[in-house]
Order: sequence, then structure tokens, then C-alpha cells
Amino acid sequence: MSASPALDHIQAGPHGHHYTTTGLDSRKIAIWAFIGSECMLFASLISTYLIYKGRSVVGPFPHEACSPPACATPLNPILNIPVTSASTFVLLMSSLAMVLALAAVENRNLPKHTLGDRILGSSKLWLWATCLLGAMFLGFQAYEFTSFVHEGLTIRTNLFGSTFFTLTGFHGAHVTAGVIWLGTLLAIDYKRGLQPADAINVDIAALYWHFVDVVWIGIFTLVYLIQ
Amino acid sequence: MAHQDQAPHGGHGAPAADAAHTAAHGAHAHPTWKQYKWVALILTLITVVEVWVYYIPSFVRSKLFVPSLLIMSAVKFAIVVMFYMHLKYDARLFRALFTGPLIIAIITILSLLFLFGHLAVRVGS
Repeated sequence: MSASPALDHIQAGPHGHHYTTTGLDSRKIAIWAFIGSECMLFASLISTYLIYKGRSVVGPFPHEACSPPACATPLNPILNIPVTSASTFVLLMSSLAMVLALAAVENRNLPKHTLGDRILGSSKLWLWATCLLGAMFLGFQAYEFTSFVHEGLTIRTNLFGSTFFTLTGFHGAHVTAGVIWLGTLLAIDYKRGLQPADAINVDIAALYWHFVDVVWIGIFTLVYLIQ
Repeated sequence: MAHQDQAPHGGHGAPAADAAHTAAHGAHAHPTWKQYKWVALILTLITVVEVWVYYIPSFVRSKLFVPSLLIMSAVKFAIVVMFYMHLKYDARLFRALFTGPLIIAIITILSLLFLFGHLAVRVGS
């Protein structure tokens, strides 16, 4: 703390914002830098998957049926597009719920005249929705991984299994971290109520959540749809 | 609904507080609730089209299949980043922090594909 209250205000900012010489909140700069680094992490995982795509010697294979001797028994293509499409839709909707949660926190002090206003302005509702949709996505992934293992595809079976489980597993870990993060925000909301001053914290969590969503947009196309 | 058409972000009442809040977030304006609805609808429609074309064998065999999927995926990516992550409305520094590494990542993927992947040029083949 400095001797000057005015300087304190500039350093801490209103609502406790952490200003930098850029005039921007340092936490938001940090999350964007983190997201930038995450882009490169997922680029390495995606490029590894693409390089080894179609080079598995033994099955099961992602888009092609597998018959002996590559597989012990004849197998259908292993990727389940309808299930993955549903999980993709779930993750997209979770992003919508997340922006509505942020809007609800920022507009906490606005008067709510109608039922629609109260629904749109309920940060708890939208945070719950985001958490549940994220958990549902993880449920889809758990189902997919389990069914793959039952069909004979593990991380050690072939190059497809190794790169697929590594890539989607890393993504699933990020979603799990996001759900836990949103759970902490929900706990704070129940304990003392998220105020407009807390919007920056929700905004940072939202940026992470949307990033997880855009990574899945890429994975869905590159891994599941392109044959 | 009374405030549906207002910008859903940044409603603090006092203009000074708004300005400080805006400066702190590095934001200028945010999409409205209606825009969020449209964005969600467009994202869903593109996803439906992506899955639909996957089930058209003649299209899957054509040379248009992969480029069209990549374009649709890129559009979805851009929409989420611009509207949900507010990059369209945010400070330029945030855009630089995201697009810089993203460009490096894309170049890395393409380079590795040209070196070791399906785009590799085999010398002597």
C-alpha cells in the first residue's frame, strides 16, 4: 500500500482489479497467455495424431472395418459418430450456458421484472447448467472409452489407440478441471453470492471453458469426421 | 423480458463504474442475449451439416469432403472465439496473445504433416 489513496486505487483498481501498464487486468492477460500456450500443447497432440493416422498395423481402426489377420475377430469401424455428435452438441450448449452465467453475474444489480429476467439473471442456474453439461460430456467420453476397451482398443493396442487416447484424454482432463473450477464458482455463489465485482473471476473461468470447447471443435472434425 | 435486448454484460449503473469496469476487462461492448441465441443456433446448424455430410458416401469420396469439413470447423472455431470469448470486442493485446500462438500452432501442425504425415513429399518416389 502506498501513502497516496489515489495511487492505491490505480494499482488495485475499482472492484479490486489488478491493473498493468497496459491498462488491462493482469489476470485476464495471464489467462489469454495461458490459452495461447494451451493452443501449442494441443497442436502437438493433434499433429501427433495426424502423423500416425492410418499407420496402425493391427485393428481396431477408426473408420474402417477390421478383419483377420489384422484383428482376431471381424470388427466394425470403432468410432461412434452419433454418440460423439451428441457430446459435441452438449459441449456447445455448455458454452452458451457459460456466457449466460457471466452475463447474469455482471447484471446482478439490474432490476428483474419478469420471470424471463429472473431466469436469465440467475447465475446459479447457468453455472449449474454449465457444470452438468460438462459432466454429461465427460459421461459420454467415459462411455466411449469403456466401449473401446471392450472392443479391444486400449492405449497400447496400436498407433491409433495411443494417439487417440492421449489426445482425447488430455482434452477430457481439461474438461474435468473446468467442471471443478465451475464448481468452486458455484460454491462461492451459494456462500455469498457472486457480485458484479466478481465478474472478472467468472470471465476468466468462462474463457478457459470456451477454449476447451473450441479445442473439441477441432478434435471432432480432425479425429472423428475426416476419414 | 425487460433487458433481453440490452447488452447482457457490464450493467453497473453508474457510468464511471462502467468505464472502470470496461477498462479493467479491456472490453468495448459485448454481444446481446439475442446474438448469443443466434450464435448457439448457427453452431448447432453447422454441426448438423458436418455430421450430415459424413453420412453421404459420394460426398465423402469426393475431393470436397475434407476442405468443406475444415472450413465448417474453422467457422465454428472463429464464431466461438469472437462471440463467446468476446475476442471481437476485447483489447488488441488479447487478440495478439491468442492469435500469435494459434498461428504458430497451425504452422507447426502443417510443417509436421509435410515432414512426417500424409502431406510429406517422398524423395525418389
